[in-house]
Amino acid sequence: MSNLRRHLAFLVLGALGLIILPYFISSRFYIDVLTLIFFTAYLGQSWNILGGYAGQFSFGGVMFFGTGAYVSSILLTTFGFPPIFGIFLAILGGAFLGLIVGYMSFRSGLKGSYFALITLAFAELLRVLANSVEFTGGGVGLFLTYAPGLSNLQFETPVGFYYFALVLMFISIAIVYWLEGSRFGAQLVAIRENEDAAEALGIDTLRCKIYAIMIMGAMGGAAGTFYSQKYLYLDPPIAYSIHLSVEMLLVTIVGGMGTIFGPLVGAFVLHTVNEVARHFIDTPGLSLIVYGLILIIIIGYLPNGLIGAFKKKEKKSGSNSLDKKRSREES
Amino acid sequence: MLRVNNLTKKFGGLVAVSSVDLEVNEKEIVSLIGPNGAGKTTLFAMVAGFLKADEGEINFENASIVGMKPHQICQRGMVRTFQITQPFAGLTTLQNIMVGAYSNTPQTISARKKAEEVAEVVGMTSLLSQGADGLTVAGRKRLELARALATDPKLLLLDEVMAGLNPAEIDEIVKVIKGIRDRGVTIFLIEHVMKAVMNLSDRTYVLNDGKLIASGTPSSVAENPQVIEAYLGHGAAEAMAEGA
Repeated sequence: MSNLRRHLAFLVLGALGLIILPYFISSRFYIDVLTLIFFTAYLGQSWNILGGYAGQFSFGGVMFFGTGAYVSSILLTTFGFPPIFGIFLAILGGAFLGLIVGYMSFRSGLKGSYFALITLAFAELLRVLANSVEFTGGGVGLFLTYAPGLSNLQFETPVGFYYFALVLMFISIAIVYWLEGSRFGAQLVAIRENEDAAEALGIDTLRCKIYAIMIMGAMGGAAGTFYSQKYLYLDPPIAYSIHLSVEMLLVTIVGGMGTIFGPLVGAFVLHTVNEVARHFIDTPGLSLIVYGLILIIIIGYLPNGLIGAFKKKEKKSGSNSLDKKRSREES
Repeated sequence: MLRVNNLTKKFGGLVAVSSVDLEVNEKEIVSLIGPNGAGKTTLFAMVAGFLKADEGEINFENASIVGMKPHQICQRGMVRTFQITQPFAGLTTLQNIMVGAYSNTPQTISARKKAEEVAEVVGMTSLLSQGADGLTVAGRKRLELARALATDPKLLLLDEVMAGLNPAEIDEIVKVIKGIRDRGVTIFLIEHVMKAVMNLSDRTYVLNDGKLIASGTPSSVAENPQVIEAYLGHGAAEAMAEGA
């Protein structure tokens, strides 16, 4: 109990720190980097619920992001529908897409790499579709106008977007925090550890997996609205970029799958490494190589992510077989 | 309580279970024995909803459960354990048992309480905080039992919970199983350890090559010539009779 209270105190302090941080940073660059870190951590957290907790690795997580982005942006450009409400429809759209993809793939028993590939295929399919239909603006893309105001979810300063991203990230952490102590969370973990045993113990594994992918979808949908209102432009390669699908799983794996703070830690470390490498290395492309090398080292030596490495020091017994399973997945 | 009629399962040309009829009544301990490959686990898998039967009826508490999924059957009060233990390896013993307990309550506190109670029943209290992957074979078998018990079943299907245990461990788990029966749970078990079968069961069914070849009290079954031949080979019954 006191452990939990200490945990909570730590959490509140950290949150307060992030809330007052912009008052000490004047550089627009750092604010933007932090915003991006929160944004990636948020997307990573959405991946973490299905991948880290329920053990269903997806390679096409971007599909929810892209769909949410299109939902609120099209509503805005075509009907003038304010994004502050549009974001909720983006959330619904993402969840609905999750329902469809989840039902189709889990119903037919797709697991492991097959599930990962089918999500990749869905994301690619949506990218091609978005390119060929008219109402998405096709290859030309959608241009949003810049009109700062809360109803547009646009802000005059980068600090506004910083807080927007921070709120999203707080919400995602709250969701996973709830998951950790709830029946639903325990059921997802049971499915990850052993699906047959979970089913035998009365868990409706199909339903739980579908709920998990719907939560992921809903979260991705909101991220889409955030992105399009911040960058004011959307086209199919951005909306359904494989790069983002990879990034959200990468930050989670590096930080620690199935942990509350894994995605945040991973996003912070990877973005910092990326920025530092870019800053100090002038030769074009070399910074990417350094980034890749560091990634290999982290994943190779810390199969449970950075959080897992810390935890292992705390208690030696524990998730051995999970280590093995994970390192197998990654190799 | 459980009634199986004409249950049949074929894998290609192999008839794994061939028109089996059997019945388990409330508060009984019924065992299913037979040589390796007789189809015992296949039969369990069909009853618990993990395998689709090719033919036949399965009734649980007077309702057909054919075509139901395992979790639905579990929610109706019949739960199985696995012969090859299937722990949630990355979780602690407590968390493992709680997964079972959650089937009856959405509340974490009551699930934890239930799990602790069940751990007491199967004698795992001291292992609650240990990782399930660090358990011994006996511990894992107990964990299977505990998780299943935590779902508050009416009928418990135990698939070789004594395989791989030493005699002292077997004596202990026999006591545990008797204790579970005394709490009002009906038990249907597959077992190879004859001492335990004799000691525990009210009735026994014998399966060989997918067919039921005998049933009755454990001692009557053990003397049945067909059963002796199934285990020891053709002519064994005569040889034993001559020897005696």
